[in-house]
Amino acid sequence: MNFDFSDVQKELGDQVTRMLARTCPILEVRRVGETSAPHSQATWSALAEMGVLGAAIPEDLGGVGLGLLELCSIAEPIGYALAPVPFLSSVSVAMALLKYGSAAQKQVWLPRLASGQAIGCIADIERPGELDPARLETRFVAGHLTGAKPIVFDGEVADIALVLARKGADCRLFIVDLAQSGVTRAPVQAINPATSIAEIRFDRVVAEELGAEADWSAYRSIADVMAVLAAFEGLGGAEAALAQALDYAKQRKAFGRQVASYQAIKHKLAHAYVKIQLARANSYYAAWAAHTGDPSLAIAAPAALLSAVEAFSYTAQENNQVHGGISFTWEADCHFYYTRSKILATRLGGRLEWKERLVEQLNHQSELAA
Amino acid sequence: MDFQDSPEEATFRREVREWLQAEARPKRAGERGSFERLSEVQKVEAARAWQRRKGLRGYAGITIPERWGGLGGTAIQSVIYGQEEAAFDVPAPVYYTITLGMCIPTLIAYGRPEDIDARVKPALMGEEIWCQLFSEPAAGSDLANVQTRAERDGDGWRINGQKIWTSGAQYSSFGLLVARSDPSVPKHRGLTCFFIDMKTPGIEVRPIRQINGEAEFNEVFFTDVHVPDANLLGEVGQGWRVALTTLMHERVAGSAPSRQTGVNELIQLARSIPWRDGTAFDDLRVREHLADWYVAQQGLRYNTFRALTRLSKGEEPGPEFSIGKLVSASQAQAIAGFGLELADRFGGAPGADRDLLERFERSWLWTVASRIAGGTDEILLNIIAERVLGMPPAIGTDKDKPFREVVT
Repeated sequence: MNFDFSDVQKELGDQVTRMLARTCPILEVRRVGETSAPHSQATWSALAEMGVLGAAIPEDLGGVGLGLLELCSIAEPIGYALAPVPFLSSVSVAMALLKYGSAAQKQVWLPRLASGQAIGCIADIERPGELDPARLETRFVAGHLTGAKPIVFDGEVADIALVLARKGADCRLFIVDLAQSGVTRAPVQAINPATSIAEIRFDRVVAEELGAEADWSAYRSIADVMAVLAAFEGLGGAEAALAQALDYAKQRKAFGRQVASYQAIKHKLAHAYVKIQLARANSYYAAWAAHTGDPSLAIAAPAALLSAVEAFSYTAQENNQVHGGISFTWEADCHFYYTRSKILATRLGGRLEWKERLVEQLNHQSELAA
Repeated sequence: MDFQDSPEEATFRREVREWLQAEARPKRAGERGSFERLSEVQKVEAARAWQRRKGLRGYAGITIPERWGGLGGTAIQSVIYGQEEAAFDVPAPVYYTITLGMCIPTLIAYGRPEDIDARVKPALMGEEIWCQLFSEPAAGSDLANVQTRAERDGDGWRINGQKIWTSGAQYSSFGLLVARSDPSVPKHRGLTCFFIDMKTPGIEVRPIRQINGEAEFNEVFFTDVHVPDANLLGEVGQGWRVALTTLMHERVAGSAPSRQTGVNELIQLARSIPWRDGTAFDDLRVREHLADWYVAQQGLRYNTFRALTRLSKGEEPGPEFSIGKLVSASQAQAIAGFGLELADRFGGAPGADRDLLERFERSWLWTVASRIAGGTDEILLNIIAERVLGMPPAIGTDKDKPFREVVT
């Protein structure tokens, strides 16, 4: 039994942690949140310089040639720092290209994504509610794509979009170079001020299919990998919110003693610890399944995301409660965790959607076994 | 990251499997085993016989040194043995988990060499069962509040008082006792541990009838029971430290969750209940619960893998272990309660239905005990808050006063 990250993988995560402590303290998150900057350019450049953006991209395509496990050990400290960078979007596009893209598409885009020169984004949903491929209105006709995507994470700064659209009766994934006329973007205010979201409209823009068979099931498997990476970001965020709550509870006094000495507070934070431990265990397993391509990923990915969303949401929410009134002020940092946890809980689809997906997969699995 | 054995672990697993194949019958998939249907007394007898066979091979005490009849192995080997044994139709260990997982390690840590030599082997061979005489009517979560008195009496001690929740006392040859030897000092400092021959005159064991109709737990009464000085474990006044050693082993030994119904049973039950055009399994409210419980159940499973990884590397079990019972007991209670209500009116009368619903009933009753025994949910949360998160301990108003002034 060796159910842990290797020392080398842990060291990679530690290096990212150390870099982020210097480059992206919470003040930097606040700066991005208080200005119109879509992300922290300094942090993105530092990540690119470390080479971690291409961690899972093969060496002959400009990457480092590692895998999903390494990406997960990078995603956790990014989540811990609440780093305002398009890491999840861009790396997910790279993973999709790697798995489904043609040789030419890989040659064009992966070296640029690996170096951070290009940023990727995913344009999928068009309306609230569960994503239904049959109801997509963005269409691909004769090499051109037309439609609107109202919520695209990191769409404001991206160079390439992976777009889910209809081609005749089918649902397919397309690659769009965003540096062309016919692409219009408008920033959308996110609940978390340091998160960048844009609406993107495509008016007969040049697009090409991602590889040859990137259909709805390919999209689902990309979403699963994204869910695992998002789970690690959530795990980091939850750990940071717990650390902040503990720190404050130990400092603050009420009725002549530390707030941390009251059982109501101790139990609240012990529950947070338990949720984080469960999320960590589920996320590790999902990381293994994603790294090795194990079919159990279809269940493990929803489980990891749900578990991490629960841990981060609860911890961020109760971090506010531990802080009391000050948590409601803009000056305190608590709200950055609180709103970021809601981003995690929604950006890949809501929890009800992922729970249903998990049970469908359980059902499928038990039918296979029967 | 992988789930493979190291070469040494794989060799050990093969040896264990070969031995089990020669000694027992493999269970079919989903089979619960033939020993489940036995009466309590028959279960103890079956466990005793199986314990002897394991004892002869060294598998009864895998981490116990060879000189006392154990295998002298590692914690991970102990886990591997357990994983392999689970696939065979063998008796549940019943009271041998307490005997070998908690009492004997405490004896080895604090007993005199001649007592260790004399007592470990019979326990490994299934001949002697031990019980843990810790809890009292006024000392549960607040264990240091024990009031059973140990008073000097010639060459030994005279014990008077009452213990409760003693599993298996009626089958036990020996008991591990914590008693108040000095009420003039603060409560944690006036305790002393002994091991005690359960046949000593003055000991009376009375079974407690439980809400599930069984009687595994007992009350144990002590009336002028004489214990020789030689039976001291640790020094006089050191009882709290000795008791903590036992409790630490309890956390690692854990408890078998086999009596609890989980997600798989709930899926099975939901599929068997007609609902609108299909079954209860199709209902989104049911499915949402299933997803939540599945996620926590798998989280615990993989959390155990993390703990095993530490054992496999030869490290001490970390704080990962502390969340297991806390999460599983209350979740099992929720699942069992939900299952009963899913069966509608039959949930209030499970006997009218089949075997499956009765399992939900048994689990729902048993989880009342699971959430209390071996550390209540609340105590476990305190332990996490204080020992893992470094939060300040509870302010005990009785901590520094002589026990006789605070006794309630």
